[in-house]
Amino acid sequence: MNDKHDGTVAATGGASEIQQRRVQVAQRRKKIDNDASAQYIQVCDHSFFYGSAQVLFDLNMDIPERQVTALIGPSGCGKSTLLRNFNRMNDLIDGISHRGDILIDGRSIYDPYLEVISLRKRIGMVFQKSNPFPKSIYENIVYSLRVAGRNRRAELDETVERSLRAAALWDEVKDRLRETAFSLSGGQMQRLCIARAIANRPEILLMDEPCSALDPVATGKIEDLIHQLKEEYTIIIVTHNMQQAARVSDRTAFLYMGRLIEYDDTETIFTNPTEEQTEAYVSGRFG
Amino acid sequence: MGTDANRRAPEDIVCKDADSRRSTRPRGETFVWVTAMGLTVGLTMIVFLLGLVVVNGFGVFWPRSVALIEFREDRGTRFQGGTKALGVITIEQERDVRDLSLEQRASLHAADRREKQLFLGNRDAFGQAFAFFPAGDIRSVTYPDDVIRAERLEWGDALFFPVRLEMEDGSVIQADDPTFNSLLLKRVDDVAARRAQIHQIERYEIGRINLQMHQLEQEERFYSRQDELTAQQRSDRAAVARRMDQLRAQYQPLADQAARLRSKQHQDTFVYRLVTGDERSMSVGQIVHYYYPNRLTLVGRAQIFAGQLWRFLSGFPREANTEGGIFPAIFGTFVMTLMMSVAVMPFGVMAAIYLREYARQGLFVRAVRIAINNLAGVPSIVFGIFGLGFFVYFVGGGIDRMFFDRALPTPTFGTGGILWASLTLALMTVPVVIVATEEALAAVPRGVREGSLACGASKWQTIRYLVLPASAPGIMTGLVLAMARGAGEVAPLMLVGVVALAPNLPLDSVFPFIHLERKFMHLGFHIYDLGFQSPDSEAAKPMVFATTLVLILLVVVLNLVAILVRNHLRKKFTADKF
Ligand SMILES: Nc1ncnc2c1ncn2[C@@H]1O[C@H](COP(=O)(O)OP(=O)(O)OP(=O)(O)O)[C@@H](O)[C@H]1O
Ligand SMILES: [Mg+2]
Repeated sequence: MNDKHDGTVAATGGASEIQQRRVQVAQRRKKIDNDASAQYIQVCDHSFFYGSAQVLFDLNMDIPERQVTALIGPSGCGKSTLLRNFNRMNDLIDGISHRGDILIDGRSIYDPYLEVISLRKRIGMVFQKSNPFPKSIYENIVYSLRVAGRNRRAELDETVERSLRAAALWDEVKDRLRETAFSLSGGQMQRLCIARAIANRPEILLMDEPCSALDPVATGKIEDLIHQLKEEYTIIIVTHNMQQAARVSDRTAFLYMGRLIEYDDTETIFTNPTEEQTEAYVSGRFG
Repeated sequence: MGTDANRRAPEDIVCKDADSRRSTRPRGETFVWVTAMGLTVGLTMIVFLLGLVVVNGFGVFWPRSVALIEFREDRGTRFQGGTKALGVITIEQERDVRDLSLEQRASLHAADRREKQLFLGNRDAFGQAFAFFPAGDIRSVTYPDDVIRAERLEWGDALFFPVRLEMEDGSVIQADDPTFNSLLLKRVDDVAARRAQIHQIERYEIGRINLQMHQLEQEERFYSRQDELTAQQRSDRAAVARRMDQLRAQYQPLADQAARLRSKQHQDTFVYRLVTGDERSMSVGQIVHYYYPNRLTLVGRAQIFAGQLWRFLSGFPREANTEGGIFPAIFGTFVMTLMMSVAVMPFGVMAAIYLREYARQGLFVRAVRIAINNLAGVPSIVFGIFGLGFFVYFVGGGIDRMFFDRALPTPTFGTGGILWASLTLALMTVPVVIVATEEALAAVPRGVREGSLACGASKWQTIRYLVLPASAPGIMTGLVLAMARGAGEVAPLMLVGVVALAPNLPLDSVFPFIHLERKFMHLGFHIYDLGFQSPDSEAAKPMVFATTLVLILLVVVLNLVAILVRNHLRKKFTADKF
């Protein structure tokens, strides 16, 4: 898929920086190909800066496919920043820069030949604060299809039902799909956002504290949902709730002050962590 | 203060600590009153202004009784040498006695200190339409039944006693004949119908021919200026001449027909008597409309009111705008405001989108934003000068040289016109739209944008499908403000296309139907022209009020429409597909 660009690069010899990048990426990819346990998402020596302030320090982690990976850590440690880097949401912010790389399926997300839009189409995102569009419930869900130019009625209808069922919202809203999304309750809105995020069948689902504004019942529903979704999607979830991390995730990464302190199977992290800081944090004895 | 201290006394005992006592007093209460006072002052001024305009504006059309005033013979006051005056009492007020000596002032009776203003009409006979009379010199005020107030084509209104109607066939009907009124009414209606016919022929049919002839003349002039003509041009020139002859042939019968109708207007003569006793006559064709003001019931008055109001709104102006209607001004204002809105919307919105969504927020963008805000404070006349220099002379002149060179040196687009006026005002109001749009765009939550981008939408798709619809109501608010400012603006228009009397409307039945290059009339300028440029400003005052009222109502109507559209958008874009 990438190779078709090679001719183009040779033609535009002036872009030496770009070429350099590509060489780096190719080298890394070779390394990965040789690695028997190649992972789905790979974060390699990744550092990130808001202006001159560094918030992520040389992160390295491999995230497996079709599993739930939880990012935990105290407030301000860079969880959201890392999560938003996976779909390059931080591009919106002025003055950002990064070092190192993030590979998804072996391909760098910073590849200058990769279109950000096509990247984002493969990655669904649920935000900390639910953010339904000022449109009907139906239109909220089919939005990602419409912007991709898919407007066939049958496909849209099918998508709406599938997504809403997956988000455990179908029974509650099936009779009011044309009503504005603002008529939903807070928990319903968050589930709508989840339904929207999975509408065009992304490969990866990023969730930034999806339950922070929800009551225990709605939280339970969403956790069940995550369990089901993991069959199909690779999920990365940020959470402040240790129990939740323990309940839903297969792997857990503990970040502290922009550094990856420990990254292991969830069970190990919660029962037998290697690092003292991790132990302190998961047991609530932190800071 | 004293009661205050008393009221607080018990608290002093309970709360020893000074801080807690202060906190029990409701804070900021006084400022509620200050803010309320601010609003009250503002509201009062607006209500007063609107009330003044509404009362005076509508009052113009309300038929008022006509008083016959007789003066005391032992006093010096006379009117036209006689002791009677006929008119509508418009004002009763304290006399200005500052130019009298102290002794004279002391000798004045209480009644002499007041005076009455009378609307006399009959400007042709009396030379003035208004006069003041000292109240003390008036012996009696009566309201004679048989007074007529007539609106005439020339010289304004007339107040008189009818005498007789002399018909073309020689028959004469006296005013006391029972059939007199119905007969006169019939004749006046006939005359009005014929007048409309003449208007139709002259304005539209002959007007169209004139326009075409004018264009052909320009062609002909172009050929005659050429040193040598090619064969093609020669044949074209011959075609022009043929076409010209055809038009002349069409013109003649129409002109004859108009002349025939016109002569019929003067068949019947109406004889009337003034309050001075003079008998005068005029052709019935002079009368636009008449009524017996002292015979009217309330319903009758309301009917007259409606009729006069309708003629004012739908009629064309007469007599240097001081009489007749203001339809061309209403129409010109309306069309110009619409054209301005059409021009200002896309520009303002596009500029705001670029500024807010695409431009890198930095020093330069900040400077641009400040410049835009300041642009809103530039005196409007400066925009007028810019419009004249840029649109009229530069762009319009360029268009003339490129497309209308045959008409030169007579300018087509190179002179003020409704298009240039609209664009000038659009330029003037574009900051308002930009600022409002930017605010509306900024109010769209960041989460919505991020959500859209996360769904794989491009930046433009996000703007197009989410940001713009969500900010449409705010943008409409900007448009409302821009229209309100644009519709009431006069100064720049005087430079770029407004005239006191435009021969044609900017929109008519002659191809290409919309004449963007035409000069037009405008209510705001009409007000200025009536109030300050007409020979008798006292007589024009009611018209000024009425025109002001119409302008305000027009702006209100345009704004209401915009607000309705806004509410519709609000509903549409929150619960529907894009
Ligand atoms: N747009 C930004 N510009 C500058 N600095 C930022 C920006 N966003 C976040 N930061 C900083 O980066 C650091 C990491 O922020 P981040 O939002 O990733 O924290 P977090 O781990 O998600 O915290 P929380 O759990 O409170 O959401 C913080 O110190 C924060 O102040
Ligand atoms: Mg966060």
